[in-house]
Amino acid sequence: MKKLNPVPKLKNFATGQSIRLSEKTIEKSETANTFFSGIGDVTLFLKRIFKETFSRDFEFKEFLRQCYHIGNKSLPLIALTGAIMGLVFTIQSRPALAKFGAVNMLPGMVAVSMIREIGPIITALICAGKIGSGMGAELGSMKVTEQIDAMEVSATSPVRYLVVPRVLAAIFMIPILVLFADAFGMFGSWIGINMKGDVNFSLYFYQAFASVSFGDFIPALVKTFFFGAVIGLVGCYKGFTAGRGTESVGIAANSAVVVASLLVIVVDMIAVQITDLLT
Amino acid sequence: MMNTQNHINSSVSSGTKIQEPMIEIRNLKKSFGNQQVLKDVSLKLFNGENLVVLGKSGSGKSVLIKCIVRLLIHDAGTIDVLGNDVGLLNPRELGELRMKIGFLFQSGALYDSMTVKQNLEFPLRRIRKNLTEAEIDQKVIEALENVGLADALNKMPSQLSGGMRKRISLARTVVVDPLIMLYDEPTTGLDPVTSDEISALINKVQQKYKTSSIIITHDIECARATANRLIMLKDGEVYTEGKIEDFDHSADPLIKSFFK
Repeated sequence: MKKLNPVPKLKNFATGQSIRLSEKTIEKSETANTFFSGIGDVTLFLKRIFKETFSRDFEFKEFLRQCYHIGNKSLPLIALTGAIMGLVFTIQSRPALAKFGAVNMLPGMVAVSMIREIGPIITALICAGKIGSGMGAELGSMKVTEQIDAMEVSATSPVRYLVVPRVLAAIFMIPILVLFADAFGMFGSWIGINMKGDVNFSLYFYQAFASVSFGDFIPALVKTFFFGAVIGLVGCYKGFTAGRGTESVGIAANSAVVVASLLVIVVDMIAVQITDLLT
Repeated sequence: MMNTQNHINSSVSSGTKIQEPMIEIRNLKKSFGNQQVLKDVSLKLFNGENLVVLGKSGSGKSVLIKCIVRLLIHDAGTIDVLGNDVGLLNPRELGELRMKIGFLFQSGALYDSMTVKQNLEFPLRRIRKNLTEAEIDQKVIEALENVGLADALNKMPSQLSGGMRKRISLARTVVVDPLIMLYDEPTTGLDPVTSDEISALINKVQQKYKTSSIIITHDIECARATANRLIMLKDGEVYTEGKIEDFDHSADPLIKSFFK
């Protein structure tokens, strides 16, 4: 059997002399190689998704199924979390506002906070956990059990059938879920206010919406489309590139959640900076 | 080894008509990292024959058929399938070629989220786009009847046994009338009775759908039941080829260890 040379030699082009690379240099170059090939893989994956999205044979039924799956099945969780966030935020903000005699500003403050930040980010993080891990695990297990290969050899693009509908469904449904989270958050806030006061429903919403403008609403809604794209893309990419063993299904699901959550926060930071510059 | 190969090759050439091969592989090489799985494989699959590829685990059998449908991209050599060089096809041409090839996976690879009926409809709706709903239903029922599982129509894959999954998977593969069938370990993990049933189904598919097949296996009973010709791989190379009787009478220790 051919013995491999553990320390490869390179030639110095200026002097013509051989250079011996240390183990550490080789290790670092391998890490860099993995990093750049990873970027290459992601780029190719995005290119393939983009191409398949505009192909003639768009899988509309699968897209609707995924919309139902993402939207309907996540709604109870999002609604409950939104309501609790609104309630807790109101209860905890009341003492601080009471010190300045500004309790009547509570509905407006909660509405702006829910619409601009809490609703979108909480919804996106929950969806990164629920939807991102689901996509990673489902596609990962399809990879392990050769279902993706079976699709490929039956002349069906797995990217077109599995990835495109999931990514688009996430892009379309997460903004809708955010609207529900905002609405339930404000409802929770109304309950919170009424725990120590007496504000009727219409007065609460009048005060809340008096403080909210389109400048609060539109940028917050626009960034949720990007949250959806990040969650869908990361979940599908991690599942699609899972290894061959059953262990890799868990790894795909786990890394989908971690990476998607992190990217959601990064996208949020960028979106806030852009909004700040534009207003 | 050379003596064995010469002996068997001569007996094959004397019994085979000269005809255009459905698949012709020349000097195929495939490596994963430093590990060379296929070192130099050349073979032909002729029209209407069942070619069994035998070999120990890790000899490169599954890699070979995955290269044929370009699930894996080979490093060197050529693979001609129905006159097309697989390595040179663009994605659209590759898709068209794959429509003519059926691939039975070792695990069955049924789509977990779909019923048996939806599993069979999936390739039909995408490959035979001109079929009406009634024709699709008829073809699905016919394919299931051919594998003896017409009553499993609305079952989920999780409700099926290993043998049933293999049969449904076979039905899904043949429902689109492929010209070439590739079987990856069709009887692995099955009891002897079910293995015999699958072997009989492979022969039935060959006769009914007039397919040419490559059957990857290390199950000698399956090889005996299905093979018109056999090839044995060893360490990523063709070790020998011939008919089943040539293998039965071979004095080669490796072949004898398989056919004892």
